[in-house]
Amino acid sequence: MAALVSNSTATVAVPAPNPAVGARPLRIALIGNPNSGKTSLFNQLTGLNQKVGNFPGVTVDRKSGFAQLTATQRAEIVDLPGTYSLYPKSLDEKVITDLLYDRAAPNYPDFVVVTVDASNLRRSLLLFTQLGDLGLPAVLALNMMDVAGRHGVNIDLPALERELGVPIIPMNARKGIGVAALKIVMAQRLDAPPVRFWEPDEKLLPLVRQIRYYFDLHNDYLALHYAQQYRQIGFLSADDKAHIQELTQQYGFDATAAQAAETIARYAHINEILLETVTVTRTETREPISNRIDKVLTHRVGGYLIFMGILFLLFQAIFAWAQYPMDWIDQGISALSAAIQANFSGPLVRLLTEGVLAGLGGVLIFIPQIALLFGFLAVLEETGYMARVTFLMDKLMRPFGLSGKSVVPLISGLACAVPAIMGARTIESWKDRMITIFVTPLMSCSARIPVYTVLVALVVPDRAAWGLFNLRGVALMGLYLLGLLSALGSAWVLKKVLKARERSYFIMEFPVYQWPRWKNVGLTIYQKVQAFVFQAGKVIVAISVLLWVLASYGPGQKQATAETQVRQQAAAKGWDAPEISRQVASARLENSYAGSFGHMLEPAIRPLGYDWKIGIALLTSFAAREVFVGTISTIYSVGQDADMGTLQQKLRAEKDANGQPFFTPARAFSLLVFYVFAMQCMSTLAVTYRETKSWRWPLAQLIYMTGLAYVAAFVVYQVLA
Amino acid sequence: MALFRRSPQIVAAQAATRRSAKDLRVGETGTICCLEDPEMALKLLEMGCVPGVQVRLSGRAPLGDPLMLVLGDQEYTLSVRASEAATILLKE
Repeated sequence: MAALVSNSTATVAVPAPNPAVGARPLRIALIGNPNSGKTSLFNQLTGLNQKVGNFPGVTVDRKSGFAQLTATQRAEIVDLPGTYSLYPKSLDEKVITDLLYDRAAPNYPDFVVVTVDASNLRRSLLLFTQLGDLGLPAVLALNMMDVAGRHGVNIDLPALERELGVPIIPMNARKGIGVAALKIVMAQRLDAPPVRFWEPDEKLLPLVRQIRYYFDLHNDYLALHYAQQYRQIGFLSADDKAHIQELTQQYGFDATAAQAAETIARYAHINEILLETVTVTRTETREPISNRIDKVLTHRVGGYLIFMGILFLLFQAIFAWAQYPMDWIDQGISALSAAIQANFSGPLVRLLTEGVLAGLGGVLIFIPQIALLFGFLAVLEETGYMARVTFLMDKLMRPFGLSGKSVVPLISGLACAVPAIMGARTIESWKDRMITIFVTPLMSCSARIPVYTVLVALVVPDRAAWGLFNLRGVALMGLYLLGLLSALGSAWVLKKVLKARERSYFIMEFPVYQWPRWKNVGLTIYQKVQAFVFQAGKVIVAISVLLWVLASYGPGQKQATAETQVRQQAAAKGWDAPEISRQVASARLENSYAGSFGHMLEPAIRPLGYDWKIGIALLTSFAAREVFVGTISTIYSVGQDADMGTLQQKLRAEKDANGQPFFTPARAFSLLVFYVFAMQCMSTLAVTYRETKSWRWPLAQLIYMTGLAYVAAFVVYQVLA
Repeated sequence: MALFRRSPQIVAAQAATRRSAKDLRVGETGTICCLEDPEMALKLLEMGCVPGVQVRLSGRAPLGDPLMLVLGDQEYTLSVRASEAATILLKE
């Protein structure tokens, strides 16, 4: 049994006060269990003053922001991923140990704020005691005091403060209660806590001390962590790792047993502390409300019906409600463009209206849908319902080689595959995670929405089906289902192909149901929309401008020659003036740089029913799917008379060689199916590379998805045509 | 292990003496005695499945798996697969 030491400073090397502390803002890390209100506290402390970056070396989001602690003192707050202990079980949690193990690291925090769920003290304190034993100065933010009160949990704060040796601030981060007090404590200089909760067993000491002196570490517990986790510590060299491995083998170190013994000993000690500081008077004899809600939401029939209902509501929101603000944006851009063209003329004006404004319109028009989708997902996450979805879906997902935890990335994939693939990091099992990453881009992301919307509106009539659903809505739902089924099918195939290296876990806490914090939901929407407009938007506008240039200019004299030819034919064929200008514009586009690219591609895509104009759009939308709409609007507005109409009118007016409408249902559905499957997104490939650390995965995704898209589009066109 | 597989009687006897959280009826409470699978145990321990703590099966997912376990008197709920719950052995 390990020695449980209290109030001992024997092994503590108190860190030398950092001379630079006065010169730079304090750096404070926020750490705590998942669902302990960490994010709420972070938002309370930093407000809109936050930014999302990356932790060095890995792609875990590093959320940080500045908090004004006092009139003169600012502090940088880093929000660490939620974790139950300092022994990381997933990639997300590894970030924490990489940050806290290395005192020399430039980002090493001055101290940590540990958020602890007051209604669930025992488990929350496990992480706290580990942090304390690492010798980190800490403040304990005792959150969810209101929930604890309702559960009849009475905490003797002064006694607990004495036992834990750190300042404790009772709070309710959701409502902002206690934040002011926390800021005052945070503004003061904190020393390492004087209390030790657990120390390595004497039998482990020879090993621990060797590691400690070799790496010049400040305490035994940190050295024990090196022995436990050396394989995963990012900043250790291969030689260092080999040295530790040698030592652990030499002393016959059993990492699993040591960790289990430590955890049990910590719980024993925590129980002693709680016995003296916490009394529970049960006030309610009825089952907690959360459990009663669970009976409904995870009911064997009702649970799935409710889930389906929520998904249906989500689609309604994205496709029906979002239509109104989208129309306003569309009309606004059209009106602006027309006004400019009516009052000015020249090539620069055309660049502005047909290049820049058209591209900008293509970006802004997504904002309502993206805002609604992320708002919806944030509410589901905030209320705790997402965890229940995981629970409902686990058994259904397992035959496909996925776990219930894959459901959240897959659903997030409806918004955007990039954050969804990063979200797969919470899946501990390597195989489950790889499969989830591989199939997530098959879920129809929001970038496909404009492609779907334009093409569906073109060929599906706008009327009610079965008196209830809009026919277009049904078509859209069908496309989404196609994406989902292909994702599941592909996962099943991968499950057969991949060799499992480890087992998969599904141990997860159910957060208590609560009302969403609208401030958090609002912040999420704001951040996602901002990221879309400034990151994706830049690319879209740039490509839009580039396309305008490619479509307006051609190699050498080809365009001029083609124009002369058309004008010579005009007299013979008896065209009137508008017909001549239409034919000229069309001939010029066909002989532009863009036209040349499209023509080169045409033989390959003709079996799918596409011509060179669509070829151009396919090429450019490889950067990002939403560019498709921008591209075809540029191409057709360039190729047609100057007067502006909506894109759909132009597409409908497009004629094939025989004078029939070009966009037949066969062509439109072939294109739709192509976009359901095709890997038309550079960002997704980049993020897959970062997440899997190998080019094999993104390449396999690209080849597999594009191949699938080609074959499926071919079949659809040949069957329908 | 090989021995257990060959003789059903021993398996039955084993199952009777060694009940796990998986064998609880919905609403029934047991006390955790020990955790069988060392690797899984680490995760379970961190999540609060400590020997001596009470565990109640509060429900099953619609397809019978995973399970919903309520731990201790603090009433927090874990979701675990049946295969994982089988490693949580209960006291008699």
